[in-house]
Amino acid sequence: MTAGVAALPAVFKPFRVIGHSTLAALRMVGSVGVFALRGLISVFTLPWFPQQFLRQLVAIGFFSLPVVGLTAIFTGAALGLNIYTGGGRFNAEQVMPQIVALGITRELGPVLAALMLAGRVSAAIAAEIGAMRATEQIDAMRTLSTDPFRYLVAPRLLAATLVLPLLTLVADIIGVAGGWLVAVRILDFNSTVYIRNTANFLQLWDVGSGLIKAAVFGFIVALMGCYHGYSANGGARGVGRATTHAVVSSAILIFASDYFLTTLFTRA
Amino acid sequence: MTDIAKLEWRSVRKRFDGGAPVLDGLDLSVAAGRSLVIIGGSGQGKSVTIKVAMGLMQADAGQVLVDGQNINALGGKARRELFSRIGVLFQGAALFDSLSVWENVAFRLINADGVSRKDAKERAIEALGRVRLGAGVADSYPSSLSGGMQKRVGLARAVVTNPEILFFDEPTTGLDPITSAAINELIVDQVRGLGCTAVSITHDLASARTIGDQIAMLHDGKIVWTGSPAELDLTDNPYVRQFVDGRSLGPMTSAV
Repeated sequence: MTAGVAALPAVFKPFRVIGHSTLAALRMVGSVGVFALRGLISVFTLPWFPQQFLRQLVAIGFFSLPVVGLTAIFTGAALGLNIYTGGGRFNAEQVMPQIVALGITRELGPVLAALMLAGRVSAAIAAEIGAMRATEQIDAMRTLSTDPFRYLVAPRLLAATLVLPLLTLVADIIGVAGGWLVAVRILDFNSTVYIRNTANFLQLWDVGSGLIKAAVFGFIVALMGCYHGYSANGGARGVGRATTHAVVSSAILIFASDYFLTTLFTRA
Repeated sequence: MTDIAKLEWRSVRKRFDGGAPVLDGLDLSVAAGRSLVIIGGSGQGKSVTIKVAMGLMQADAGQVLVDGQNINALGGKARRELFSRIGVLFQGAALFDSLSVWENVAFRLINADGVSRKDAKERAIEALGRVRLGAGVADSYPSSLSGGMQKRVGLARAVVTNPEILFFDEPTTGLDPITSAAINELIVDQVRGLGCTAVSITHDLASARTIGDQIAMLHDGKIVWTGSPAELDLTDNPYVRQFVDGRSLGPMTSAV
């Protein structure tokens, strides 16, 4: 069988590559799915490790505040300027507050906060768990009668899922404030009118749908970090590869799930 | 001393990704209260041999018996119960970087046995004393300790719950001869003090002679010789002779 495959004419080689890649991709989807399921079961069943959960809340949430805040304020400001310029072509500059608020809360707040978390947290999780794998700490944990899934994976999944909506709420407020700052300081908008227009236009669902997205993105970020760290092999090089894969796969899954969630929410 | 096997490998086979078998029908046993040392060259399956016995790897075929019970057939709860009866000193100590020394030693007590942190700390400090480390290191972090001290902390973590079986994975690798001798003495003290069964893997013959009262030579996934440390120098087994004499020529070809 193997000899037959090896003897295939060169013209068939691309098909073999495609076949191998497809099988590898399917295998990975399956193993990520099983990993996610095990992680979810660990989140919802005893024993829990509350101290680990609190530690992750601080590491993932609190220490991500500066980067999320800075990203949000500059994005809000740049978005405001672009909408003002674009709106000016239709003599519709006055819609700037509403569009900034909508764009930040429904889309940019959750997506940018998640991407920041992917870069900062998913990479850190993959590196930490990958290094633990390489130095036999995960094996040691098992021999110490402690399930690494419950001790390492479950607290990170839960913390990231809960904390990203909070970070997104902060990003929403700061992002809208960035737009307001540009509008009032540079574009001569009236501050009170800007705030009133924003508040009157925004609906609860605009913010709520963004927070639901953020919870999904948080789960993805932690899942990819844990999965790639946990399956790391090959020493320092393997840990480096796991870190890269965690960030890249988090980002891709964030964008893909954002599209599907947006489609779902706009139909609802 | 009794001859009842505490731990037994019966026709154990293991291979990875369809490659050559790492363990190829391994048969070996160690009686309760004895100290078995498995020696052999690099890549001969020593680590896999103890990992299947620790329940960290599943054998493809054969059985690993602890007190006559096949550990491959154990479910989650029974497997955790098995883990509670063993202690392991890993090659690089495998200490948790984010935890202090005493939290490392008390890890099982706090996270699996439900012991309060105060009581767990007392027991951890007592275990550190058993490996001749003072209470002063208890609040340090592993990264601030030397390799020898990390091994001692790993040993304290392995013995803190008074296990029935102790596993030592290359206990002296990377240590200077004086520190190696100190670690070997501590291992002998702990094994005798606890009256437990010990299984070690090493290619350090000085260590094997000190800590073992039964030595087995592993080659190509099979046991090719067993005997006492004294018999190690007397046997004319070609594998043992080549290994003990440190010759590149012989029945074993070097992987280098």
